[in-house]
Amino acid sequence: MGEPGTKELLSLDELEAAGNLRTGRKHIVSILAENKPGVLTRIAGLFARRGFNIDTLAVGPTDDPDLSRFTLTLDGAVHPIDQVTKQLHKLVNVLKIRDLEPEETLARELAMFKVAADGSSRGELMQLCEIFRGKVVDVSRRSLVVEVTGTQEKVDAFERLVRPFGLIEMARTGEIAIARGRGET
Amino acid sequence: MRAVDALMECLKAEGVDVVFGLPGGANLPTYDAFYDAGIRHILVRHEAGGGHAAEGYAKATGKVGVALGTSGPGATNLVTPICDAMMDSVPTVFITGQVRTELLGTDGFQEADTIGITMPVVKHSFMIRHPLEIPRSVHEAFHIARTGRPGPVVIDIPMDLSRADIPYEPVSDVRLPGYQPTTDGNQKQIRLAAKALANARRPVLYVGGGVVHANAAEELTELAMFDRLPVTCTVMALGAFPAPHEQWLGMLGMHGTRTANYAMDEADLIVAIGARFDDRITGKLSEFAPRAKFIHIDIDPAEISKNVPAHIPIVGDAKNILPRLTAEYRSLEPDPQRLEAWWTRIKGWQQRHPLAFEDSSDAEIKPQYMIKALYEATGGDAIVTSDVGQHQMWAAQYYDFPRPRRWINSGGLGTMGFGLPAAMGAKVGCPDQQVVCIAGDGSVQMNMQELATCSQEGIAIKVFIMNNGYLGMVRQWQELFWDKRYSAVDMGRFPDFVKLAEAYGATGMRLTDKHTLVEGMREALATEGPVMCDVRVTAEENVYPMIPAGQAARDMVG
Ligand SMILES: Cc1ncc(C[n+]2csc(CCOP(=O)(O)OP(=O)(O)O)c2C)c(N)n1
Ligand SMILES: [Mg+2]
Repeated sequence: MGEPGTKELLSLDELEAAGNLRTGRKHIVSILAENKPGVLTRIAGLFARRGFNIDTLAVGPTDDPDLSRFTLTLDGAVHPIDQVTKQLHKLVNVLKIRDLEPEETLARELAMFKVAADGSSRGELMQLCEIFRGKVVDVSRRSLVVEVTGTQEKVDAFERLVRPFGLIEMARTGEIAIARGRGET
Repeated sequence: MRAVDALMECLKAEGVDVVFGLPGGANLPTYDAFYDAGIRHILVRHEAGGGHAAEGYAKATGKVGVALGTSGPGATNLVTPICDAMMDSVPTVFITGQVRTELLGTDGFQEADTIGITMPVVKHSFMIRHPLEIPRSVHEAFHIARTGRPGPVVIDIPMDLSRADIPYEPVSDVRLPGYQPTTDGNQKQIRLAAKALANARRPVLYVGGGVVHANAAEELTELAMFDRLPVTCTVMALGAFPAPHEQWLGMLGMHGTRTANYAMDEADLIVAIGARFDDRITGKLSEFAPRAKFIHIDIDPAEISKNVPAHIPIVGDAKNILPRLTAEYRSLEPDPQRLEAWWTRIKGWQQRHPLAFEDSSDAEIKPQYMIKALYEATGGDAIVTSDVGQHQMWAAQYYDFPRPRRWINSGGLGTMGFGLPAAMGAKVGCPDQQVVCIAGDGSVQMNMQELATCSQEGIAIKVFIMNNGYLGMVRQWQELFWDKRYSAVDMGRFPDFVKLAEAYGATGMRLTDKHTLVEGMREALATEGPVMCDVRVTAEENVYPMIPAGQAARDMVG
């Protein structure tokens, strides 16, 4: 039965205020899980069920063929992140979860930008590309495809800068991450 | 041997002596194996009945309950019991048939994505992809279902794989690197908790269903009795502390006693054991137990600080932790005098606010009276299951449970129709015990069909329907909070439960007079085979006391 038991109207503003809390704090969560069918669904389903939005998700193999690494970035208050890692631990196929500290972590993503580039803007674009250590990987008469790697923030910055040139499309992998130093992630 | 014969061997190796199920195309091979496997198979009339029966069996015996269904609709009919078992942490294994592997993903006849549909409501699940996986998966499924925080596990077996010819080798180990429940409990934390207890002036033990699952009732009682600690239980834990008892405050929560709820409100230390601070317990979270520090003992780390931040968390098995806590606590030699003022306050509440109702002055049966009558007729010594609604709350309030596993209900999911099949399962698990179901006239119709199963199998459950003609709990809310605009809650006087009982091959009785109620109930209990009694009670009676949803314990009404 509906809470709190009254027939008072609930305004749409109140409803939305309750649902849209974004704290702005980005978390990178690294999950080591068994490489078995359905594991991705279990992890993604858990996030959906507990009301967490995954901003990016990258899945790939690890040094051990029986294990996969899932790297997620998400936004959440400290308390619910704790709740999500504990819930993730309950998944039988999940072995290890780390809510990575940004200072102790190397995070990278790969992005490809298809940008309109006519004769006039081409030079400026190439310059920008160089500053970001991007690579031009495809050239046509009226466009370029640029490959950029870096942190989410760096890729965001590149995106902001190339948009005015005419961004035709963009594809991003989402970050993968690894701990700095000798210790395991 | 055939994979399904290996399945039977695995079930036997896990100690399974009974399963509840209903066959179909996709599990024909499994049913062929049941034909001479030497495992009792109880043919239910609806898979949901089988699922709840498996839960009732598990809750009554502490063993893993097993239910089966075919693919598609058989599996979807199991979803409610699976979810129910998840919410109440019931150790259960559900084995479903699936279409042959070549049809998977093609919308084949009776194909449903059982693993996908059940994923959010299982502890774990196994999709069998190769027949050789069957023995290990079954073994691991039982291991997961019964260890740690118990729960439901689903095994989905495609039809063609179950017919495969495989060499069977018993499996004795599990390979679950990601599944290692903590059972031990940190000694430092336990010592800290003992210290907090020894210094507390207004402590309360808040006990949840986890104590029942952990078989830790004795250990709990020992802890409580050593220093005269007040005890309250959730609706899932009734019987974990013996009632009646001078340290027993009654149930807490929305329809708990005023004493229990006021004690939580004024406590300076709350020890939550195997409990999860459900909204039916806390009411308005921001005003819950405002003066208390919390010790939280639970085997599931995710429960700790989920709703209420714990000051002293202890992760582990209550059966392991409680004796160590008692020992540490004892060694501190706490001053027993320090609780005097607290007990005076509690006794004051108990005297001023006992559970009470206004009895009728004529023959009319008040619902609360019905529960007291049943307590008397059963000598307080029965396994009692219930459905969901007002009758459930009255049963929880007025039937005192002296031991754990005597009170079986659907608390987390609140599933109408749970009671009758759960009683069936409990009776199968405990054939020498008196098993009664306190049913709602609405709820009972949701799994009524299992009375046929009981008649056929000679499962002598005694069902007492608290017949108020209404979906009473919803009616109560409409009366109290929605200006008495009764919308879709009146069921009239249909059906005729006595005739229905007889049609199902059971004995039907009708009890309408308060003065002969206990006698009538005794007669029902003494009658052989399944019995269903239509007990006519006051139509519009409300469950009190009550914390209106979203309010604080102090604001109890009634
Ligand atoms: C399957 C299901 N549907 C609906 C509900 C909502 N609900 C909760 S209590 C209740 C009334 C139950 O009526 P009855 O079984 O007659 O019990 P009473 O409250 O009258 O004692 C309903 C409809 C529920 N808990 N479960
Ligand atoms: Mg009713």
